[in-house]
Amino acid sequence: MNMTFAEKILAKYAGETQVQPGQIVTVRPDHLLMHDNAAPIIAKIIPELKEYGVYSKDLPVIVLDHVIPAAAEKNALQHKQIREFVKTYKIPHFFDVGDGVCHQIILEKGLALPGTLILGSDSHTCSYGAVGAFSSGIDRTEAAALLLTGETWLKIPQSIKITLQKKLSRWVTAKDVILSIIGDVSASGADYCSVEFHGAVSQFSVDERFTIANMGVEMGAKNAMFPVDDVTMQYLSSIGVSKSKYKPVHPDAGATYERELTYDLSAIEPVVAVPHSVDNVKSISEVEGIEIQQCLLGTCTNGRVSDFKAAAKILKGKKVHPAVRLLLLPASRTIYLDAVQEGYIKTLVEAGGTVLPPGCGPCLGAHQGALAPGERCLSTSNRNFKGRMGCKDADIYLASPVTVAVSALHGKITDPRKEAKK
Amino acid sequence: MTIWRYKDNINTDMLFPGKYTYTCSTAEEIKPHLLEDLDPLFAKNVKEDDLIFAGRNFGCGSSREQPVLGLKAVGIAAVVAESFARIFYRSSINQGLLLIECPEAVKAYKQGDDVFLDVEKGTLSIGSKTFSFPKLPTEILAICDAGGLLPYTRQKLKQKKKR
Repeated sequence: MNMTFAEKILAKYAGETQVQPGQIVTVRPDHLLMHDNAAPIIAKIIPELKEYGVYSKDLPVIVLDHVIPAAAEKNALQHKQIREFVKTYKIPHFFDVGDGVCHQIILEKGLALPGTLILGSDSHTCSYGAVGAFSSGIDRTEAAALLLTGETWLKIPQSIKITLQKKLSRWVTAKDVILSIIGDVSASGADYCSVEFHGAVSQFSVDERFTIANMGVEMGAKNAMFPVDDVTMQYLSSIGVSKSKYKPVHPDAGATYERELTYDLSAIEPVVAVPHSVDNVKSISEVEGIEIQQCLLGTCTNGRVSDFKAAAKILKGKKVHPAVRLLLLPASRTIYLDAVQEGYIKTLVEAGGTVLPPGCGPCLGAHQGALAPGERCLSTSNRNFKGRMGCKDADIYLASPVTVAVSALHGKITDPRKEAKK
Repeated sequence: MTIWRYKDNINTDMLFPGKYTYTCSTAEEIKPHLLEDLDPLFAKNVKEDDLIFAGRNFGCGSSREQPVLGLKAVGIAAVVAESFARIFYRSSINQGLLLIECPEAVKAYKQGDDVFLDVEKGTLSIGSKTFSFPKLPTEILAICDAGGLLPYTRQKLKQKKKR
């Protein structure tokens, strides 16, 4: 029988030849992601760790990214506890303060490979579908259990096939694609489902695929994936991973999908997700002119070199609007350095930007960049929930890096295509 | 018993604000902030055996265990919703918080209706109507029967050691 990506890869990890949606299987993931929450995770199982140890020292990947550098003693203590755990159990895949956001680290260190299975105690673990991995979010308790046993249960999901056709127009980005899709299918439209992207995907770089897969969870998806192609292989080769190191899993041509959707990319326009849900998506023309006080350019969704390049092109030689604070949040140290090397950071700082340490802090209101009541932020991040950036009486709008950069210049939400005509 | 009613897409930031995620992890630390930005009256007035009725996609958003721990700690008997987001659903199994996915029950409920939950029988009575909710699959029921994922894991590790 023909199988979807999720069916095929989960069958492989469950040691079955055939699986059905709804079936529950036991799997052993290749990696288990944790971040600052490794501290409370470890705290749950201190006696068990002493008695049984960790299942495998290669299983966990720990990245300090959520509250970095430590904002207060409590965070510093958690970070210290994590470092001690890493030392005691000789965990090789550990990344300390400043290395980057966990999801970007997993990708650029070659820890997520085509055909692998990764679970993580963070909802945006679904990002690694960008390189054809099956990856999904779990909670802290499940991460604790996995540390000890190396295994967990997964339900074989139904799959949704999204076929992308034609080419994106200029000034329209991968972010506009995924926001448009989420606006259509709704925040619950892919609940429990595996989402596969097919069709004209070769126009998207791994950076752009990451932006799209990263937001799969915003429509409720269990995972989101792109098929492995030349673009994937070239990317992996650029980070030193040769073809012999992975075996891609491709969905079968005649697989059964719960739903099939088709998008004409040439018809997609710049869009903005307005408060307070990611599926509250409006065409830019409907929200143009709304004044903003903060712009956040970066995060695991849009904090890569290509994103800073796009913004730097727009802001070169210009100044952001005096009423706007432009925060720059590179997704990793490597990206930060590359963006410095290329001059993009210089351009953006000269334009008035403030660089924050590579991490997650402002995106969830955990550290830096908090909003005041009545303020509005236009962000390239993935969530605009009420209270998300530390204040329940502030508004968060989500858009692409080009829309954010152009809007930062004008102090209000602006269609990036207008800037292009100047 | 109070029925707390909420709409669709109640996300994890509404259930427990992100700004507290790295400062609160015990039940006592979590309780005062439960549903803080959604319903400030909830943490003040919630009582043992209360129920939450909600629309679609309850618990969407982050992987955030605090709301589950908190709802369990204040004694919420069950969350009845039209549907749940998957990480929240798994997390509730792991903590032994009962979730009932039953759109018909949510739609049938009107303020003032008498509500009776019978966990053993797997039924929820609302006014004159009774709704049954399916038991969890056997593999998952074993986790609930053990009292949550950590007790289940401890059992499993002990059995392995004996062998």
